[in-house]
Amino acid sequence: MAINVKVLDRPLEEVSYVRATLTGLANTFRHLVDPHKVTTQYPEEKEAIGKRWRGTHRMLTTEDGKAKCVACGLCPTVCPANCIKLVPGEDEQGNRYPLVFEIDEFRCIFCGYCQEVCPEEAIHVGRHYENAEYDRQGFVYDLERLTAQQHPVCEMWDPADPAGE
Amino acid sequence: MNPSFVPIDGTPFLVASAIKLIVFFSVYLVTVAMLTLAERKVSAWIQDRHGPNRTGPGGLLQPAADGLKNLMKEELAPSAGHGVLFTLAPAIAFCTALVSWAVIPFAAPLPTPWGLVPMALAELPVGFLFTLAISSLGVYGLTLAGWASNNKYSLLGGLRSSAQMVSYEIAMGMSIIPVLLLTGNVALDSIIRQQAAGGWNVLNLTVAFFVFVNAAFAETNRLPFDLPEAESELVAGYHTEYSSMRFSMFFIAEYANMLTASGLMATLFLGGWDIPFTRWDDTGDPSVLKTVATLGSFLLKTGAFLFFYMWIRWTLPRFRYDQLMSLGWKVLLPLMLGYIVLVAAVLLALQAAGIGAGWARTGILLALNVVVLATMFFVVDRGRLLSPTTQRLKRVDVDRLRGRAIERSPLAAGRRAELMGD
Repeated sequence: MAINVKVLDRPLEEVSYVRATLTGLANTFRHLVDPHKVTTQYPEEKEAIGKRWRGTHRMLTTEDGKAKCVACGLCPTVCPANCIKLVPGEDEQGNRYPLVFEIDEFRCIFCGYCQEVCPEEAIHVGRHYENAEYDRQGFVYDLERLTAQQHPVCEMWDPADPAGE
Repeated sequence: MNPSFVPIDGTPFLVASAIKLIVFFSVYLVTVAMLTLAERKVSAWIQDRHGPNRTGPGGLLQPAADGLKNLMKEELAPSAGHGVLFTLAPAIAFCTALVSWAVIPFAAPLPTPWGLVPMALAELPVGFLFTLAISSLGVYGLTLAGWASNNKYSLLGGLRSSAQMVSYEIAMGMSIIPVLLLTGNVALDSIIRQQAAGGWNVLNLTVAFFVFVNAAFAETNRLPFDLPEAESELVAGYHTEYSSMRFSMFFIAEYANMLTASGLMATLFLGGWDIPFTRWDDTGDPSVLKTVATLGSFLLKTGAFLFFYMWIRWTLPRFRYDQLMSLGWKVLLPLMLGYIVLVAAVLLALQAAGIGAGWARTGILLALNVVVLATMFFVVDRGRLLSPTTQRLKRVDVDRLRGRAIERSPLAAGRRAELMGD
């Protein structure tokens, strides 16, 4: 006699095979003929993504097309994944600007700290998810690529308006 | 007599057979391919999805894409397996599946200027026996596949399939005997004509129909009897080690078997190509129109069974192996043995009373069937025979086991007190 066999007593009315089979068949048939399907036909129809969706980055620019970034170095400092590479530079007027600004989107964990910490509202995480590339190198976004991105950016959580209304 | 109504013979017979073969197998294989798509579509709809709809209009080219993919993939063979048998096994499964259809008549005979062409690939006088024989050969494909793979799961799958098919073949053979009793002939054409004249066998012999449907599900290894390839237990059963086109052949064989089984169910119990409520199609002179109409009728019936197969597959869970065996040996076999005796006695009595084929006989037999089915469901249902372990163990052992389970479970402390009676 095997041990560890848990024998359950079920009321006989509940274990009618015929009834269970017919109920099951009726149930599946109802779903079969039901025109409502739950699948989204992806490339044609896309589901709306949330306002706080954190996807690949985007660097906002000033009116003259330059990156708003002042190379303060806060984002590489706060970045928990260490994925931002920043080399600061300075022009004749003493304005700081990034010589190199690269984000490795593979390392990024999309926490959004860079956007929160940025004093100039320059770097943003974006509401965007279609990022396929043919090689790993393609995921290292340089400044040019970051400024060229056009997708909408994430709206950060506002403590004054926690529900986002 | 019109030369078109004389059975075709000689050279025209050979030509007609060749044409039938080519046309038939083309249509058959395309149908099988479409069935794989149909299965995916039905499963998708049942699960509230759309199913494949990217390749071609509405996903119609999906089978072609699948086939192409399988052709281009690498054929892997286990190095410690048996090379020859490993290659032979899918071929056996594939060929037997295709051949077993050969005797099923799919329409009324077609009149041509050269003679009357029977609308079956080979109108064998042994009829149904041929199908039984060939489908038994199919077991070799699965069993050899399991054995030649040198894989424990495959072997288990192969053994399961052989045990299952052998068991259910008995039930299947038995469920056919009442049909043969009624017809007095094994040729499928006579079975159809007898049904056209004397009412469909589904009414005359409902119990046999029920058992045949069950056995057919088991024979084709379809859910709820797909234990040879039970994913949750055996990876993929007998075809675990198979890839690319060899795997595809098992797949095609499964659907071809389904098609054959559906065709057989339609032929043996739903009057084959007979159109109900009219004698126009099976009496009088054959004509092209009759052939086409009866073909439509046959396809409709077969299609209905194919749908039923898929519907069942996506509804019922898999049987446990001992339940499968006890259903086959302890329920279906004794039931059919008793039923054969009963039907034979009733037929004899009806003959003595002078009631021939017709509504009166069908009515009497149907009433008898309803009684037998009701009794059977009453006995089998509610787990009296197939069921929970409690039904098979001695009361003392059940109590002992239950007590132990409760001892082990802290959650059941309250229930323990209740059970122990304190």
